[in-house]
Amino acid sequence: MLRPILATLTRHRLTVLLLVLQVAFTCAIVCNVAFMIVQRTALMRLPSGLAEDELVAIESIDLAEPGQPLARHEADLAALRAIPGVSAAAAVDALPFGRGEWGNGIATAPGGEAMLTAAAFDGTPGERAALGLKLVEGRDFLPGEYLPLDSAHGWSGIDRVPAAIVTRALAARLFPGQGALGRTVYPGDGPVRIVGVVEHLLRPRPRERDGNEYAMLFPMLPDDAQVIYVLRTAPAQRERVLARAAEVLAALDHDRILRRPTTFAQMREAYFRRDRTMIGLLLAAAGGLLLVTALGIAGLASFWVQQRRRTIGVRRALGATRGDILRYFQAENFLIVGFGIALGAVLCYALNALLMLHYELPRLPPPYLPAGAALLWLLGQGAVLGPALRAAAVPPVAAIRDGAR
Amino acid sequence: MFAYYLELALRSLTRSRALTALMVLAIGLGIGASMTMLTVLHVMSGDPLPGRSGSLYVPLLDARPLGHGRRAEAPPNGDLAWPDALALLRARRAARQAAMAGGGAPVRPPQGARLPFFESGRYVTADFFPMFGAPFRAGAGWSAQDDDARARVVVLNAGLAARLFGDAPALGRSVRLKNTDFRVVGVLDDWHPQPLFYAPVDESVFGRADQFFLPLQTALDLKMDFQGRLSCWGSEGDQRGSGQCAWLQFWVQLDGPAQAGAYRRFLQDYLGEQRAHGRFPRPQAAALYGLMDWLDLQGAVPGDLRLQLWLALGFLFVCMVNIVALLLAKFLRRSGEISVRRALGARRRDIFLQFGVESAVVGLAGGALGLALAELGLWSVRQRPDGYAQLARMDPSMLLATFALAVGASVLAGLLPSWRACRVAPALQLKTP
Repeated sequence: MLRPILATLTRHRLTVLLLVLQVAFTCAIVCNVAFMIVQRTALMRLPSGLAEDELVAIESIDLAEPGQPLARHEADLAALRAIPGVSAAAAVDALPFGRGEWGNGIATAPGGEAMLTAAAFDGTPGERAALGLKLVEGRDFLPGEYLPLDSAHGWSGIDRVPAAIVTRALAARLFPGQGALGRTVYPGDGPVRIVGVVEHLLRPRPRERDGNEYAMLFPMLPDDAQVIYVLRTAPAQRERVLARAAEVLAALDHDRILRRPTTFAQMREAYFRRDRTMIGLLLAAAGGLLLVTALGIAGLASFWVQQRRRTIGVRRALGATRGDILRYFQAENFLIVGFGIALGAVLCYALNALLMLHYELPRLPPPYLPAGAALLWLLGQGAVLGPALRAAAVPPVAAIRDGAR
Repeated sequence: MFAYYLELALRSLTRSRALTALMVLAIGLGIGASMTMLTVLHVMSGDPLPGRSGSLYVPLLDARPLGHGRRAEAPPNGDLAWPDALALLRARRAARQAAMAGGGAPVRPPQGARLPFFESGRYVTADFFPMFGAPFRAGAGWSAQDDDARARVVVLNAGLAARLFGDAPALGRSVRLKNTDFRVVGVLDDWHPQPLFYAPVDESVFGRADQFFLPLQTALDLKMDFQGRLSCWGSEGDQRGSGQCAWLQFWVQLDGPAQAGAYRRFLQDYLGEQRAHGRFPRPQAAALYGLMDWLDLQGAVPGDLRLQLWLALGFLFVCMVNIVALLLAKFLRRSGEISVRRALGARRRDIFLQFGVESAVVGLAGGALGLALAELGLWSVRQRPDGYAQLARMDPSMLLATFALAVGASVLAGLLPSWRACRVAPALQLKTP
């Protein structure tokens, strides 16, 4: 069966070559595109560690001069907690998917060189509980551990803060296999004891492949004029609570700017908007490629069927069944797509190497290529089925009736 | 003869309508996608300051400690520490020089009834305006003496001026930013270069504009709020005045390569001097980047967009291969007809022309479709929430390029099949029934 197919294909060398080329490029691009889609989706699904469905946030900028931020935050929080439906509230300086990120180099010895940069989250007492961060080891901060962030003097609270809660990922990176609880780290000038470990907490601006959870909570009170209030409530109450919070804050003190009222879900949505666009485009590109390739295969196959009507008729007259003709075209297609995939495998990894070089994409894991190959074979078989069935329907009499066209 | 070939082509193309539609669609989609992305990248890689960009430079002095791992690998972003910026300002070795940093402030409208709002601006030194040729609608910038005297003056952009004072002249009026009154000395004529090249290059470098400009030293003195990167090391804490915190952008104007060379030597000397005092531990020499090189180096055009362009070009390539294969099969199916024409005296070039016309018709139809799809694609880009979105418009040069691409693609696609068709031998084909 193989010999006559190969013989036929060598008569259409150029056309076959072009088809092989098309399948190869489609295979290479689709495999890499699929991988990129999976990567992006994984990034978008990173757990923030927060009770995302229950949180809303609003930013407040105090205009009073001279400001008394600590007292103001306390008064604001008391009023916010009194809103019906609010189960917890905290004043914080950063949130995952928020605007600013404050990172500190973390050393494990005094005066030592920083091993990595960890994002800092500072907030009023109860921040961890309000955000819904799950403590897996140790304890929450004690009331006596809190001190002002001292943002007016270069955020120097970091040099005096006694305690910190780290993420599990950060603990594992700083103290591999040893347990981080009770250990001392140096994010500023002074020693900071790790008193607790939370399961997850995403950096404000996650992007890279690792280090997205290098984050620390500090018992430091935001004391800038600008602060974010986070409120926790039932998912169904979020919009109402957010609207009420703006009213309550404005009523409490006119002399301030309230901005960016948002639910946490909206923050996540906004942060990954570009990635969603990109995923859409990647999907469209992959779909378009597969469609064009399928139509190309079908188009060529129907040409060949028309061209070979007479020879098909001869074969049928000589005793070939409809099934034989059908299988002939299917086998021919399988072979062409097979060549394409073989070439495509090389191109696929070459393309991946290029992407690794320019776009920090990791190496393509092994399952993608076989899956892509299977998909293309299926696509080829699907595309060729129509023309092949038409070929099988050619009656033996075509051998003498039809011309060679 | 040409009209006859055209008629033949149309007849042949209408005979297999589905196939023709497929080919036109494929080439249209490929060209549409490619031109959309090419246009987006073209407008984004444009010169934000035509005519001036050639003499604007960023000095690169990397004061960060040696470090290791990812921190050390992070490319330098050009930010300077305050003492270095001050030293370069005072040295006055360039034709013009300015240090700047992003900032934001609550603005109180003059009539008490309206609510205060938050606005982004920039803290700059005197040369900023003449160096970048910022167009003034009224007034002018401030002087170096104002800088030194920590003058409380402000330059407004048109947007903020209109928001505060409506149609009334803003010049000489007073604006309250945060807790200080500033006198308006100049109003800019809605100036927002794209990208905002002088700002730190990050994902929001397109689409934003500064609404006010204050003297840098005044802002530092009054402890106004700064925005943007602040990267510190060492043990002095996160202080704006520290030599261990980089946060200022610095630009110089150098007219001609001689000045640039001299400035480069000056920077290297400064680096050597500072190294003698134990600063600048990294071994790299001082560098000077032109504006366009700087935007390129800092990756002003997002990587995602480049990826989208490559994706579109890859798609176009596959579409092209597809069309070549289909045209080839289609033309060779007519070998009988070709050999008859050849036997009747048609030259190879006639056959080539005949089939060339047919592929050109497909290409032109595809190109027209591609142009429509590119407009649609650009429209969809404009719906994106990104800052560059509004830039995504076809300009005459890109329109021409689209046509060139469409014609080039169709000629290229038709070349091989037509060549193969015209090589069909007359006698051999006549023998087969």
